[in-house]
This record gives sequence, C-alpha cells and structure tokens, in this order.
Amino acid sequence: MLEVKNLTFKVDENGVERSIVKDISFRVEDGEMLVITGPNGGGKSSLAKVLMGIEDADEGRIALDGEDITDYDINHRAEAGIGFAFQQPPRFKGMTVDKLLSLAAGRPLTEPECCKMLSSVGLCAREYITREVDATLSGGEMKRLEIATVLAKPHKLCIFDEPEAGIDLWSFSMLVQQFERIHEKKEQSLILISHQERIIQMADRIMVIEDGKIGAIGTRDEILPNLLSEGQCACMDGQ
Amino acid sequence: MGKQLDKIIEKVLEQIDGAGFRQKGAFNLRYNGTALCHGDSEHIKIKKKTDKQGIDIYIDENTKGEQVHIPVVVNATGMKDEVYNDFFVADGAEVTIIAGCGIHNSGCNESRHDGIHTFHVGRGANVRYEEKHYGEGEGTGARVLNPVTKIILDEGAVFTLDTAQIKGVDSTVRTTDVIMGAGAKLYVVEKLMTHDSQTAESDMEVQMNGEGSSAQIVSRSVAKGASVQTFHPKAVGNARCHAHIQCDSIIMDKAEVCSIPEINARHLDAAIIHEAAIGRINDEQLIKLRTLGMTEEEAEGVIIENFLE
Repeated sequence: MLEVKNLTFKVDENGVERSIVKDISFRVEDGEMLVITGPNGGGKSSLAKVLMGIEDADEGRIALDGEDITDYDINHRAEAGIGFAFQQPPRFKGMTVDKLLSLAAGRPLTEPECCKMLSSVGLCAREYITREVDATLSGGEMKRLEIATVLAKPHKLCIFDEPEAGIDLWSFSMLVQQFERIHEKKEQSLILISHQERIIQMADRIMVIEDGKIGAIGTRDEILPNLLSEGQCACMDGQ
Repeated sequence: MGKQLDKIIEKVLEQIDGAGFRQKGAFNLRYNGTALCHGDSEHIKIKKKTDKQGIDIYIDENTKGEQVHIPVVVNATGMKDEVYNDFFVADGAEVTIIAGCGIHNSGCNESRHDGIHTFHVGRGANVRYEEKHYGEGEGTGARVLNPVTKIILDEGAVFTLDTAQIKGVDSTVRTTDVIMGAGAKLYVVEKLMTHDSQTAESDMEVQMNGEGSSAQIVSRSVAKGASVQTFHPKAVGNARCHAHIQCDSIIMDKAEVCSIPEINARHLDAAIIHEAAIGRINDEQLIKLRTLGMTEEEAEGVIIENFLE
C-alpha cells in the first residue's frame, strides 16, 4: 500500500517560490488502480516524479507497505518496488531493445521472453529486438517500449505517466487490455495519469488534481459522471 | 603444439583479440618487435619482409570465411616498434583479419608501436578487419600507438573496418586512407575511449573514385578526465557515389572533443552527408536507468558501454 501524507513540492521560478504540489494526501491500496486526471499543468506529472524520487518533496511523507521511503533516492525507490513509465522516454544510442528490456527485468532475457513483452504492448516483436533505442524508433514505438520496461518485472506499485500519449488506436486497445490483465491479478498497485475515458473507466478510484491540489477523489462511480459532464476526459476513438 | 605464451601476453591477447587467438590456421604474433610464432593455412600465406620490419599476407581467391590473426604485444618499456604489414587479397576472397595491439608498460620509458597496414583488395573480395588497441601496466612510461591504415578497394570490393581503442592508450594518432573503385563499399565503425590526460587524433580520408562506390562511417567516442580527442573525417566524391559520416561523442569531466568534418563533392552525382554531435550524458538517460534500480555510477557505466558497443 502506498500512503502519501501532506506532500508538497515547490519550484524556484526566477527567485520566486511556487508550489506545484500542495499538501496532498491519499492512499493506494494493494492491487488498486488509481487514475489521476485533471487539467494540463495541474501538477499530475510532478506528483508522479515526487513519488518516484525524481523530484524531492519539500514537505510531507511517503510510505510504501509501511516503509517510509521519503528520503530514498530514485534507485532505492525502484528497489523498494516502484516502477515508473515516463511520459517522454529517453533514447539510448547503441543500446538495443533486448538489452534495455534485460536491464529493466534485472536479468538477461531470452528472445522468446523479449518477444512476449514487446507483443504485450503492441510491438511486432522480432523486428524490434536488435534495433537500437535511438532516433530510428518513432515516438509511439518508444512509448510502447517504455511501458514494456516497467512491465518487465513485477513491482509493488507501477506509475504510468500518460501511457496513451503518442500511441495509435490499435496499440492503445492492446495496452488497455494489458492494464486490465494486471489489474485483474491484483498483484500490483497501479497509478495511471491519464485523460483518456477508457483508462479512467478502468479505475477503482479516480483522483482529480487541479492547481496542485486534490480537486476530487473517490470511486469511479462517484467521480466519472462529473468528469464526463465537464468534458475533462478524452475519447481515443475520436468521437 | 604451439609456442608457450606467458601470462602477460595471454592477458593482453584476451583484450585485443575478441575472437580468441589460437596458434592454428593463419596467424602471426609479434612480440617486442619480433615474430614470436606464425603459421600459414592452405589459402593464406604469411611471409616475412626482407627489406624492413613486417609481413606480407597473401590471401588467395579460394579463401571463404577464414580468419587470420595478427596481434602485436609490446611488453618492454622504452621500445619503439615500427612495422609494415601488407595484405594482398585476391579477387572474390572472403576473409576476416583480426589485428590489434596491446602495450604492457611497467617501466618509466615510453613504449610505442606504429603499425602501417596496407590492404590491396581485389575485385569482389570481402574483407572484415578488426583492430583493437589497448594499454596497461603500472609504470609511468607512456603507451603510444600510431596506426596507419591504407585501403585500396578494387571494383565491387567490400571492406568493413571495425576499430576500437579500449583503454590505457596515452597517445594515438590514427591515420586511415581509403581509395575506392567502382561499386566498392566501405563500412567503418570506430570506437574510442580516452581518460586521464590521454590524447587521440583520428584522421580519415576516403576517396570515392569509382562509379557507384559508397561509404558509411560511424565514429563513437567517450572522452573522460582531462583527455583530448580530435576527429578529422574527410570524404571526397570524385564520381557518382554516396557517403554518410556520423560522429558522436560523449564528453565528461574536463575533457575536450573536437570534430572537424570535411566533405568534398567533385561530381554532380556525389551525395555526401556528415553528422556530428558532441554532448554530455543525458540526465534523462541516467534517471531512466536509475528507475530500473541502478546507481548513478552504474547507469553511467551502462550508457557508455552501450554507446561504444
């Protein structure tokens, strides 16, 4: 279980301190899927980065399964069981897809294992295994590979920052199915930052972040009708 | 039964001969300025030069997929070794040549090896040439390597040059000159790592004289410490041809990297492209690998290792 208490994150903008995340508290239960949504610039991605240790919290505490991880750096949070998929994943000249997946899995992977992981995110596996993770891969391919790196090994908590961004409709459907499978097993908690209705509809609970604060939090049935009526989520099918 | 090799030689050979040096088939091991052991195969004959230091390697037209190993090990401080090796590759031959030089310097004097290799590659022949350079030893004496590689490609010949300076070389000036006939293809992968106060200079000139010749040159380097690297790749298109040169460098600490590309088209249908990039390790790359559980140092090592892979 993830427990976040009174989390605040500030940045310095030309000598002026500005709060991006403001005194946020919430919990994610074991096996739960929490979807974080809300307007652009509201602090969702910053919150995710603070949870992963990429940004340091100014105030508040974070605990994972009762262990206080607030002062852990990135790799120690990874070792504690948090996985993180970036909204815009970096490219690595010279590194092949299978090598990156093996690093993500923490062990050398066989070709069939790599194929299975890539197929699960909609990449035609054999074509990709020996390709470099460089500019020859499109944004959508990079994004799907990024998600595969998080799925390469089990975590206590996986955080996906806008997993749908840059992904075509067909791959998006596969991705949704993949999240559904993980969710059904209830072995990993999931935090998905998303604006997409299909992803939001999978959530056990939805948290709306606005201006760095929790605008609303509750079950899907409690929150989704309001979101739909306010037009805050998007449809992937173009309707 | 081959010649017994001491542990230093074996250790250096492990570094410079990735395919594994064996005293079988065609080989020549040069040690401290003399041939320690050598052998011929049915299709590859190695002859010692009579007018100067070095060997002539004759690769006949029936050579298909064979390897020839010609490593050099220098283990004497203060040694200055200059050697001329000429390769005569017959029409249609297919061969892999594994060269490379390792210097173990335990003394206080400079040890140096200058290998001047000339390749005469016949029509339709296919040559893969692998060359690794490496230095080690606890002495204060410099380890210097100045390889000169001259490649003459006949019509339709294919030459792959895979060259790497692994570590421990204090100073190097690498000179590569290629002359290409019609339809000849050149593939070059150059990998270079410098550290501390090492210096490395790479000068490469490719003359595409033949119709339909093409060259693809990829150079990747990492400069650490206070090391200095200079690259000067030059491609000259004298006919309808195509060339692509790509130089990427990672710069760290207080190092300096200078890339001076030169592309020269002397024919209307010569298409030559050069790309060069120098930059530090991307923070986002480090963070991504750290989210996989690596420390910053481990992540840095993985990025460099793969960049030079």
